[in-house]
Amino acid sequence: MKTHFPDEPLRSHTLDMLWQAQDEKGYIANEDIARIASQLQISEVELEGVASFYHFFHRKPAGKYRIYINNSILAEFKDYRDIVRAFEKATGAPLGGTDPTGTFGLYDTPCIGMCDQEPSALINFYPFTNLSPAKVDQIIDSLRSGVGVEFLANAVEDNIRYTPEREKTILLREFVPGKALQALTRWTPGEVLSEIKESGLAGRGGAFFPTGVKWELCSKFESDCRYIVCNADEGEPGTFKDRVLLNRLPGLLIEGMIVAGYAVGACRGIIYLRAEYRWLLPKIHAAIEMYEHLGWLGADTTAKEPFRFDIRVQIGAGSYVCGEETALLESMEGKRGEPRTKTFFPVEKGYLGRPTVINNVETLCAAARIMELGHERFSSLGTPVTRGTKLISVGGDCNRPGIYELEWGMTVAELLELCDAPDPYFIQVSGPSGQCISAWDSHRRFAGEDLLCGGALMIFDSTRDILQIIRNFTAFFKHESCGMCTPCRAGNFIFSRKLDKMARGLGSLQDITEMQQWGQIMKRTTRCGLGMTAPNPLLYALERFPEYFEQKLDSTRTGFNRSFDLESALEDYREAVQS
Amino acid sequence: MEKKLVHLTIDGRPIVAEEGQNVVEVAKANGIFIPSLCYYPHIDPPLGSCRVCTVMANGRSAAACTTLVKEGMDVVVNTDELQDWRKAVVEMMYAEGNHFCPSCEKSGDCDLQGLGYNLGVTVSRFPHLFVDHVVDYNPQRMVIEHNRCIRCRRCVEEVLTDEGQRVFSFQNRGNTTEVGIDYEQEAKLTHEQAMQAMHVCPVGAILVRGKSLARPRGDRKYDHDTVVSEVPLPKITALKPHLRRKKIVATTSLAGCFGCHMSMLDIDLDLVELIDLVEFNKSPLTDIKKFTKRADVGIIEGGCCNSDNVEVLKAFRENCDVLIAIGECSIWGGLPAMRNFVPLKECLVEAYSSATNNTESKLVIPHHPDLPEILDRVYACNEVVKIDHFVPGCPPDAGHIWKTVKNVLFGEKYAITHSEFKYD
Ligand SMILES: Cc1cc2nc3c(=O)[nH]c(=O)nc-3n(C[C@H](O)[C@H](O)[C@H](O)COP(=O)(O)O)c2cc1C
Ligand code: SF4
Ligand code: SF4
Ligand code: SF4
Ligand code: FES
Repeated sequence: MKTHFPDEPLRSHTLDMLWQAQDEKGYIANEDIARIASQLQISEVELEGVASFYHFFHRKPAGKYRIYINNSILAEFKDYRDIVRAFEKATGAPLGGTDPTGTFGLYDTPCIGMCDQEPSALINFYPFTNLSPAKVDQIIDSLRSGVGVEFLANAVEDNIRYTPEREKTILLREFVPGKALQALTRWTPGEVLSEIKESGLAGRGGAFFPTGVKWELCSKFESDCRYIVCNADEGEPGTFKDRVLLNRLPGLLIEGMIVAGYAVGACRGIIYLRAEYRWLLPKIHAAIEMYEHLGWLGADTTAKEPFRFDIRVQIGAGSYVCGEETALLESMEGKRGEPRTKTFFPVEKGYLGRPTVINNVETLCAAARIMELGHERFSSLGTPVTRGTKLISVGGDCNRPGIYELEWGMTVAELLELCDAPDPYFIQVSGPSGQCISAWDSHRRFAGEDLLCGGALMIFDSTRDILQIIRNFTAFFKHESCGMCTPCRAGNFIFSRKLDKMARGLGSLQDITEMQQWGQIMKRTTRCGLGMTAPNPLLYALERFPEYFEQKLDSTRTGFNRSFDLESALEDYREAVQS
Repeated sequence: MEKKLVHLTIDGRPIVAEEGQNVVEVAKANGIFIPSLCYYPHIDPPLGSCRVCTVMANGRSAAACTTLVKEGMDVVVNTDELQDWRKAVVEMMYAEGNHFCPSCEKSGDCDLQGLGYNLGVTVSRFPHLFVDHVVDYNPQRMVIEHNRCIRCRRCVEEVLTDEGQRVFSFQNRGNTTEVGIDYEQEAKLTHEQAMQAMHVCPVGAILVRGKSLARPRGDRKYDHDTVVSEVPLPKITALKPHLRRKKIVATTSLAGCFGCHMSMLDIDLDLVELIDLVEFNKSPLTDIKKFTKRADVGIIEGGCCNSDNVEVLKAFRENCDVLIAIGECSIWGGLPAMRNFVPLKECLVEAYSSATNNTESKLVIPHHPDLPEILDRVYACNEVVKIDHFVPGCPPDAGHIWKTVKNVLFGEKYAITHSEFKYD
């Protein structure tokens, strides 16, 4: 399977080279760094900088079996700690290290896209879901007795819970390979473009930029090669819709990319797949191969105008910010996943400085369906601002977690009813970077006119602690900040310290006011979407659940700072004079 | 080829500029100052990492250095809000790093310090994070002081060997991001290239061995930069003291060196006039140990390093209407806070065993019910009680201290002269 196009510079191969070294011996040794750096003709420190950016790259022996336990908030509320303890006991490895024999390495990792089947973990990137301490023991026993991980991993359920009536279902309908591509044999690229434009399709990755406009802009910039990049990084905690599309309909995605490639006049397509989804790779490769056999990839096609297109997959290595489109480009070029400044948009200067379209998995799948079903079918659905349907990943305190394809315009209440949530209290829409709503908001509609949803709905019932949710989200942003700009790098750190203090019951009204002010400053001064949305969890929660925060605060007005705890500040000294 | 001209406005002023220029450059050319730190005219495209140049461009906040001027663009630089955001970013850098300017080689030549003065940063609104960073003595030509690095990325882009290899690169991510140095590549730099690296660094993070004071006093970048102009002060005698009751002032020195108190006495003859206006209660100046009256103002020198400091500070909060923290130690810990990166136990072992000629095998750390107990780290005063005003400096200038006090006591307006405010 192609991992690299011949005309790409070797540098674009960096992540793959690092993966290869790590897959061989379980970590990246100093000699690997030296060797790869000299192959790439860069200094070692530069390569170290790349390797240390991605949390799945290990520079120390990390075990023959590397176990990554999901620490997202939904896992936390589903006995994450018990699972960690069970793994620690069974393997003898502490979280964050290996056992003395170096057999097992135990690490935690942000959301791996299994929110419908928590607790979950990856072992050597094979998925293990619905874990229980007993199941953990079994798995480790089997691994010890020599059974291959690949035989122990469980099949990941798609959990498709709801689709609208047949003629209103767009994405999750039956799939006949080649159907979307038939139109290409009759239509010019310009006609495909106007079909997509007229459908009203807007990006499903969260920013909702009109897809047809993006494609058209890209097609206008002259270049020897344009690129179509599929953003399969799905890093927003709580989101797993792209996982389901890739697992169930990889062919549809390939067709969407071919359609985009034809419309834009691109020569190459790249799927940037998050490492957490490496287990989906065989399916994606099989789909690419199928389209090669069908003559749509790697050869001159039967499209109306001359067109030749190729697709390869790039595996990420653990970094949420790489889902941000310009960070994704940097990562594909073999660099640290730091977002670019917005001087140029990717449609003008993207991958390797060439015009590039970056689209979410769902967007490209929807584009394929539009070619298959016609733009009228698509645009007749939904609301005036948001056309068609949307996949929503539902997780948390409900009886039917999974994927819901809903027509834009559905109310929150209807969805809560469908997923059977008995006591919805705090509902997080679009993941940590989105916003929370309360049960009183359930009349609101999922629509561009009201409540946009990028694809995740996390439901928390009234037994859940809001502060715990916010601290988990803030820890996530702190961990995932690329570190490039001051207000995000330092701001998230400062925020998490403040929240720790509140969790200790030492918060004051001043702390709240300060965080509100500082949150605004972060939103306005950070460089990319990560920093701009990082204060959201707290800001929205303060707005929606003021009564919760009031009872968390100190009401004495002595002028003494309650966060200063004399007893704990003296602990070290007392211990030192004891010994 | 002629560059295309575009028309824009900055703070409402119509301006003509060449297409493709960035907003920092255009503003500068038109006499409008936009603070910048990571921006370095050589580096193209600009880095946009520090964010102190945040302005509004066409209604959206943006880094001025990475924003190219466009026809019809409306740029807003100076509003209270924007000034506050930019100042906040600088304050964040101080909270994030460990900047002990009095012992820094770059003092007076440092862009961060210069900007701090310029924006009037007296205290960081953010709690100091006190994360320990290493000082790396491994490179051949340089010393890298990670405590002072603001991660601006200039060195990463600008410092290359003759073969075009990077000497610096960012490592890790998030709040653990730091700049890494390649010892092998660094060894290949010429002395001139190393000096260039030191000058590229806006702060005192890259030092060249034997050359740490890159420019002599008097020639430093900010030696002649008088940001705040002198303003004549109202004389104390202009007040009518007989119309007022004498105000009660209390002072204390916590974990400080008494330098701030010495400085307070430095107003010479004015002290005599001052005595007419105020009466000192609890203070080392009067030797009154316990409050005998409620005070209008409490002046605090030093932070809290032990339980006694905490007690005294709380007594001040209870007995004074207004608290003023003077000097760096009271504001954020100051020099005593240098121990904040080291576990207390290690400090005590160092102090009572390793550093003394303690030949006895057993380590004895003094402790007695009459002795105060030592805190795990040095705390800034406002971490313990609410502080109303801060007067920075190490030590603060006497004039500055009394102007603040008089302002608080009598509502007297004042201006700070540059010399009172600049310590490098
Ligand atoms: C921090 C951050 C993370 C993002 N992560 C993803 C992601 O995982 N998947 C995705 O499709 N878009 C993600 N995006 C949005 C992309 O930048 C981009 O808008 C999207 O891929 C464009 O595709 P679309 O127009 O099809 O939505 C992210 C944005 C930010 C700021
Ligand atoms: S906002 Fe955060 S993630 Fe984005 S560039 Fe700044 S540090 Fe990096
Ligand atoms: S680098 Fe600048 S701000 Fe930091 S200690 Fe040195 S002089 Fe002060
Ligand atoms: S060492 Fe200096 S130039 Fe390099 S990133 Fe740090 S502050 Fe910037
Ligand atoms: S000067 Fe513009 S971001 Fe640093």
